[in-house]
Amino acid sequence: MLAVLGLSSEEALVSYLSAAVRFDGKLDLENGKSEYEIVDYFKARAARNANGYASFLGAGVYNHYRPVLCDVVVSRGEFLTSYTPYQAEISQGTLTTIFEFQTMVCQLTGMDVANASMYDGSSAVPEGAMMAARVTRRDKILVARSVHPEYREVLTTYLKHGGLPVSEVGYSPNGLLDLDDLTKRLDDSVAALIVQTPNFFGLLEQIDELAHIVHSKGALLVVAFTEAVALGLIEPPREADIVVGELQSFATPPSYGGPYAGIIASKDKFVRQLPGRLVGETTDSEGRRAFCLTLATREQHIRREKATSNICTNQALIALMATVYMTVYGKEGMRELAQQNLSKAHYLASKLPRKFDAPFFNEFVATTNGKSAGEINRELLEHNIVGGLPLDRHYPELSGCVLLCATEMSKRADMDRIAAVWDGK
Amino acid sequence: MIKKVSPHIVQNEPLIFERSSPGKRGYQLPELDVPNVDAEAALGRQNVRGEIEDFPEISEVEAIRHFTRLSTWNYAIDLGLYPLGSCTMKYNPRVNELVARIDGLAWAHPYQPEHLSQGCMEVIAALENALAVITGMDAVTLQPAAGAHGEFTGLLMIRALQEHRGNPRKKILVPDSAHGTNPATASMVGYAVENIESNDRGMVDMDRLSRHVTEDVAGLMITNPNTVGVFEQDIKRITGLLHEKGALVYMDGANMNALVGVARPSDFGIDVMHLNLHKTFSTPHGGGGPGSGAVAVRDILKPFLPGPRLKRESDRWTWDYDLPQSIGRVRSFYGNFGVLVRALAYIMAHGGDGLRRATLDALLNANYIRKKLEAHYEIAYQSPTMHECVFSDDRQARKGVRTGDIAKRLIDYGFHPYTVSFPLIVRGALMIEPTETESKRELDLFADAMISIAQEVEDNPELVLQAPHSTRTSRVDEVTAARKPILRWKSSVRSAQAAD
Amino acid sequence: MTYPENYKYTKEHEWVLVEGNTGTVGITDHAQQELGDIVYVDLPKVGATFDKGKSFGSVESVKAVSDIYSPVAGEVVAINDLLTQHPEKLNEDPHGAAWLIKLKLPSGGDLTELLSAEDYQKYIGE
Repeated sequence: MLAVLGLSSEEALVSYLSAAVRFDGKLDLENGKSEYEIVDYFKARAARNANGYASFLGAGVYNHYRPVLCDVVVSRGEFLTSYTPYQAEISQGTLTTIFEFQTMVCQLTGMDVANASMYDGSSAVPEGAMMAARVTRRDKILVARSVHPEYREVLTTYLKHGGLPVSEVGYSPNGLLDLDDLTKRLDDSVAALIVQTPNFFGLLEQIDELAHIVHSKGALLVVAFTEAVALGLIEPPREADIVVGELQSFATPPSYGGPYAGIIASKDKFVRQLPGRLVGETTDSEGRRAFCLTLATREQHIRREKATSNICTNQALIALMATVYMTVYGKEGMRELAQQNLSKAHYLASKLPRKFDAPFFNEFVATTNGKSAGEINRELLEHNIVGGLPLDRHYPELSGCVLLCATEMSKRADMDRIAAVWDGK
Repeated sequence: MIKKVSPHIVQNEPLIFERSSPGKRGYQLPELDVPNVDAEAALGRQNVRGEIEDFPEISEVEAIRHFTRLSTWNYAIDLGLYPLGSCTMKYNPRVNELVARIDGLAWAHPYQPEHLSQGCMEVIAALENALAVITGMDAVTLQPAAGAHGEFTGLLMIRALQEHRGNPRKKILVPDSAHGTNPATASMVGYAVENIESNDRGMVDMDRLSRHVTEDVAGLMITNPNTVGVFEQDIKRITGLLHEKGALVYMDGANMNALVGVARPSDFGIDVMHLNLHKTFSTPHGGGGPGSGAVAVRDILKPFLPGPRLKRESDRWTWDYDLPQSIGRVRSFYGNFGVLVRALAYIMAHGGDGLRRATLDALLNANYIRKKLEAHYEIAYQSPTMHECVFSDDRQARKGVRTGDIAKRLIDYGFHPYTVSFPLIVRGALMIEPTETESKRELDLFADAMISIAQEVEDNPELVLQAPHSTRTSRVDEVTAARKPILRWKSSVRSAQAAD
Repeated sequence: MTYPENYKYTKEHEWVLVEGNTGTVGITDHAQQELGDIVYVDLPKVGATFDKGKSFGSVESVKAVSDIYSPVAGEVVAINDLLTQHPEKLNEDPHGAAWLIKLKLPSGGDLTELLSAEDYQKYIGE
């Protein structure tokens, strides 16, 4: 090849770069390693993490069993090593699965239209807020304090320079959004209220009532979720205008915080304001059903600085895993799975003092009766149990409270152990 | 002649909803070891949903056949050269997949106690360090989820620094050859965008640029090598000019595969940049994500990095949340950790020398393709090629054949098309990036296919205009898809063309 | 396609027909040809007012968006609902049935700087 180019060495390919910009040194990195050494390195790192513990952490990231099929499908090179499906004729596999994904997200959430996925739940929240601002041509955003704290932080970062002031709506003593506070803050300049259900404390917000209040002032209701498994059992937020959320629960391991897949879905009439990729059904030149990316004119590569968002990707492979997961569990399984989560969490909760009395799904806030949360968790670690999340960092007013989560993977014996530690036994 | 492929039988497959039949199931949950809770009693009747209408009901074997059949309708790197310019479709080593799935890493919860997360934190620290070494920059954040997300993070930091200096300023300059994400990001951060026209060598024009650089300019976003695969020869003068006026320079690192080990952005004056770990560092594209858009910065921007930040405390890592000047979070937790594991594995496999060799191989492959095709297609710019080369369809357009048609014909030859119609500054662009992981044999097959198509354009343009001829799906009607959007399946609207 | 003599044209490829104090606005045949198959038309609400030269909407093909600028100042009194359901009409009859909006003009409107049919055709012929 060098001969074809008339070059004596590969170095000649960069010799035209001036010495001022060229790097002729040696990168200060270790020498290349064999496959065995790489595997060994990461096994050693893994050994320095929690291993073999039962975990009762939730708070936006859930431990759910991953059916084997999910990994089998995403490990196929045709899915794993393909690019964004711009060339429809040789991307029908990815396009078809995204169309199925969009459909399942609609079925789950009660919305009319969903995109091909977002980076994660946290970044879907500001995208939902910005979408609501475009639809209503208003600028103020209200967000419930019971929305995941990190999602609220991301919202603040995103909207800081977008001319969309954010203000927080507090929660009542029962842990649900404070309606009086909402009424006080809701005026004609509000584009949207963002509320999460089940909320960060695991409690079910009253979506219909909130929708009614918010709509009466011409604002939109944006409903967020972090625990997708709940949607197998709880009434979806049909009265919402936009739904955003996180699908980590559907076959994605916690993986120390990512990669996950977010969703954004809405009522049909807002589709032109939806950010991100969309797949649509059409036909090929022979009249056969086919799929392609569509309504691309909303996106950055065409509209540049006027795009609905700068988002340029989705989380196709994670969305595919979620699609396989939803397929494997199916209509009956999604419900049974949610039912098991509900039962496990309620079993654990029946043995601990709860902070809030509103209905909850698979997470709840427990009080510690004077014991420190740290102390309890240290004790649980001795029994190979990672306890719940102490809330003091995110909610100073709930210092001494712990957010616990039980899923279908939680075992009764471990839950009994938690109860015993709580009781100081 | 088409050498790489022969036609073979492809399975038809309906949508999963059309395959469904009531009562079928593909799962098995363990027996409940606690009392079953009555949902209506626990949650209130109004909070419990009915069945999820039209959700799939199928067996496990049907599920695997469904997805396997669909997979065969895709092209993939595992099947051959994937020459999408600016996308760096290189081989995705499988060991990376294995290590990302090791239990202790895959099942690490982001909120588990720090002393039980030291392994994850070490991985993050090691990758931050490696990327700092490669770019020559002072600090790295791995929080952004994708390239555009990295751009957003970078511009927020530029804004924060300018504000800290007393004036956020009004504008971001963007060359007209830039990716569309650049201007879209600038406007999300509250900046007006000013486009800078490229010169006839495909580079930023110094005279035009200097007219735009005023005290109103917060920064410049530049891609280097740029989207025509050309190294901006004036880059040091460009960054100097911006710095003189108190502006910063952001580098879109989409094309970093041309520079690793060969040039460090810090040496030519870049202040902040992102790296696409799913391009340069081999993590799989997965049909469009997940990726990771790590951002590297110079010292002056360090205080503004998104939090939390890793901090070494005596003998262990901890997360530092006390960052008063930080721009805040751009996403939850610490980034796409699973992607970071893969990228670190890639860097470890290569080592410093190996990374440089990979870069030189990438340049060699792109120059080889250019040399082979120059006689048949019009090269857009005469400037030296780095990791990708851009042609225009000028010669073929005379026969009524455009870049999009040539791309579709390439499919018949068994290849994924190159990037079509981008960059916008080249009329009818064919943007080809072979990457270093292609052998001479695969490159020759590709070049022969391109040359053969050029001949077909002369002899039988209709053949090219109607392509592809051999795919399961022929040309797709994108116009109807956009005019009458059907974005989900509905049981009430049975598709007339269901592919049963 | 012919360019009606009684229309005035802009270099941004819009046309306006002034009748009394009403101006009907559309895009030219040349514009629709350049855009290709039109898939969506975004029009303002009745009652909105626009200055001369300001963008009042956009026209989309599969891979491009074009802003449309008002050739004259005025208040929107009607929009062409036909285009919401049938954007393809803009490809078929851009100078007739596929007009975009009707504006109420302040005292006949300011038609300076607009091109005649002949000048416009010369302009696009360049």
